[in-house]
Amino acid sequence: MANLKTSEKKSKAQSMGMHTEVLTGRTQQKFFNPDEAENFYYFGTYDVDFNKRTDLDVKDMSAPEANKEIDNLMSQGYGTIVIKNPQGKHSLGVGILNKLNLIFEGSLGYFGMGSCDGPTVRINGRVGWSCAENLMAGKVVIEKNAGSCFGAAIRGGDLICKGSVGARTGIDMKGGTIIIGGDAGAFTGFMMQRGRIIILGDVGINLGDSMYDGTIFVGGSIGSYGSDAVDAELTKSDQDWLKRKLKVAEIGDNFDVSKMKKIVAGKKLWNYDNLEPTEKKGAI
Amino acid sequence: MIGQSIGYRYDVNLLPDYTKITPFLKKYVEAMGWDDLNWLEDVHMGYEEGRPAVFCRNANGWVTIPSSIKLPNNQQDRDMIARELLVKFQMSPKHPLVDLKKAYLKF
Repeated sequence: MANLKTSEKKSKAQSMGMHTEVLTGRTQQKFFNPDEAENFYYFGTYDVDFNKRTDLDVKDMSAPEANKEIDNLMSQGYGTIVIKNPQGKHSLGVGILNKLNLIFEGSLGYFGMGSCDGPTVRINGRVGWSCAENLMAGKVVIEKNAGSCFGAAIRGGDLICKGSVGARTGIDMKGGTIIIGGDAGAFTGFMMQRGRIIILGDVGINLGDSMYDGTIFVGGSIGSYGSDAVDAELTKSDQDWLKRKLKVAEIGDNFDVSKMKKIVAGKKLWNYDNLEPTEKKGAI
Repeated sequence: MIGQSIGYRYDVNLLPDYTKITPFLKKYVEAMGWDDLNWLEDVHMGYEEGRPAVFCRNANGWVTIPSSIKLPNNQQDRDMIARELLVKFQMSPKHPLVDLKKAYLKF
């Protein structure tokens, strides 16, 4: 590891006076007034109007070109953007940190809508692997089916697929809600740390394998439980929340949530201190 | 600390009670075009160094609750206060990411 203490070269952050010390783990203190004027948007983001609408045909554009054009339209105040001819391109709509109403008329390829924070998105087609990976906030609705790793590592927001999804849905998720109208594949909720997954249909083998925390609700049959995934009691509070969430997702109008199964972490994998020596012993 | 399990400082699975939503949060979700609390459903009031606090995932640190704010005696009401305070902190020009953005933003 580089010895940062003896380095004479200042980083840009240091030259701006943001800090002079090396990383020591000290608490950084920032003060702000919670009574300051109401502001609902990140500092420096675009002020867009949902009623200002435009179309963008991306047929002859690469994904970076299309994403830059979306950014350009937001800078002009467009709050509703309809993307025509996405034609399964990969990485479309990534990195949007703004409030926005985005509509895709077609299907997306891999990593569509990744790392977003705020937009409301409707995709009138299918999506490939890792749709909405690392979603921080917002709502993404897919009208048809989705590929594997749907909602990988999301940290917040609502991710909805009205059709069925592939394997490893919600892998490593750290928050947010994933709602599946159809079926889900194997290893759904693999290593999830928090957040909620709702599956109205059936789910494959190893559900919630090695989940650290979080909740999975299943309406159909379960192929098998993964390591440390256990049943829990479905409470009245759970049912009220499920009804509300399905209404938001525009699916399962007449679905009987009282018959859903609730799966949580057994928390036997929580203590890594105890596991580590056993693993070492096994290796020797 | 490597290898130690660090527990959460609140019940991460606690679902929000929407009857407790504050006027500020109502305005916020309307402004964003959402139907509910969205990402704020995962925000709860915890503690840091013995003081009530809310975790800011963007700054990767705890924001302590000012002592001037009187806290109710139930977690659902406290969570709503935490959500409101966190939105105000994250949208403030004094948020640490504003300085980081100036220093490191590439495009």
